[in-house]
Amino acid sequence: MLNISGIHEGFVLDHIKAGDSLRIYHDLKLDELDCTVAIIKNAKSNKMGKKDIIKVECPIEALDLDILGFIDHNITVNVIKDDAIVAKHRLTLPEKIVNVIKCKNPRCITSIEQELDQIFLLTDPEKEVYRCKYCEEKYTGR
Amino acid sequence: MRHLISPLDFSVEELDKLINLAYDIKDNPAKYAHTCDGRILATCFYEPSTRTRLSFESAMLRLGGKTLGFASADSSSAAKGESVSDTISVISGYADICAMRHPKEGAPLVASIHSTIPVINAGDGGHQHPTQTLTDLLTIHSLNGEIKNLTIGLCGDLKFGRTVHSLITALVRYENIKFILISPEELKVPSYIRQLLIDKNIPFEEVVTLDDSMSKLDILYMTRVQRERFFNEEDYLRMKDFYILDKAKMALAKENMLVLHPLPRVNEISVEVDNDPRAAYFKQAKFGVYIRMALILTLLEIEV
Repeated sequence: MLNISGIHEGFVLDHIKAGDSLRIYHDLKLDELDCTVAIIKNAKSNKMGKKDIIKVECPIEALDLDILGFIDHNITVNVIKDDAIVAKHRLTLPEKIVNVIKCKNPRCITSIEQELDQIFLLTDPEKEVYRCKYCEEKYTGR
Repeated sequence: MRHLISPLDFSVEELDKLINLAYDIKDNPAKYAHTCDGRILATCFYEPSTRTRLSFESAMLRLGGKTLGFASADSSSAAKGESVSDTISVISGYADICAMRHPKEGAPLVASIHSTIPVINAGDGGHQHPTQTLTDLLTIHSLNGEIKNLTIGLCGDLKFGRTVHSLITALVRYENIKFILISPEELKVPSYIRQLLIDKNIPFEEVVTLDDSMSKLDILYMTRVQRERFFNEEDYLRMKDFYILDKAKMALAKENMLVLHPLPRVNEISVEVDNDPRAAYFKQAKFGVYIRMALILTLLEIEV
């Protein structure tokens, strides 16, 4: 049994689909944070069989978790303060996603101006459709 | 400060005002001849254009203003790799208003974000062309008397035809408009346009043959297959003569149907149709100057 100690302040991202944790690590830009991050892969789960978990020891205002709603609604976000869970966040689809996914339209201005922010807007919450702010191309997956 | 990037940047009421202003300019040109004295329009055209660029320049000159600009990316700093945002930041200091055409979709939007002067989208890739839409709306209003209760057929390259995308986007807000979208399978409207029609509950059908729809149409909007948007010449050659409007097809249409075309045409309208009283595309081109004059005055907030 692998033991990873609890955290004093930060987040526990639970119920991540097995295999997705490294992608989330990069999407949340955890590699840019100077703090302790534990990635647990293939943990046993009664509900999911296998799951990934990410624990982040950081001030709770340091992370923007909006993007998680776009990646997977089913992730549970536990907010930890003073060694205790103080909140559980329900994830919703963010209205806007910045610099997480890229527009694939070869005619889009972002294809030649690399310094532009890659901005996608939620245009159909029911069907979870995101479109590039510049060319309106639909995001169809990575 | 306002820009015109998408047809939705103006409400229907504002479009009505613009159309009325264009009529007044057409009827009383002397009244407007010096309204832009001392003002400069920059025409930043990174892609070839005849009508749009010259009609913008004509519009500004007829208002008493002056123009400067470039007519291809090769003759601008874009050839040296300058970004759109840097270019517009500089041009903001040289001119009072800017009309921008760019082969990349979203470029005028990027410019508007970094600009301190009004930016007009004069066509961005295969995306939008809102000032052509203003021209189209003025043409329909002038020749039809109103913009409602119309079955509009859009025929040809509906995938890359930016004038089609802008016109549909603008028209969904008018009363009782139906669309028949006539195109080869490969050149159907992009999904965001189809989604718009579904979201707004606008009746539309997508068909391949033109003949079957002719008798239903109040307006037939023909478009050119956009050679410059194809990455493969073979695909273009296969599509380019898919539709040719000729006398025989016109015989199937209503007596008062209007044929519009944003021009330039290639083969999609036979020259034998030009003399048909229902052919309105050359009149349409003339309206482009008046509506652009109205647009320049409106964006510069000049009241006459």
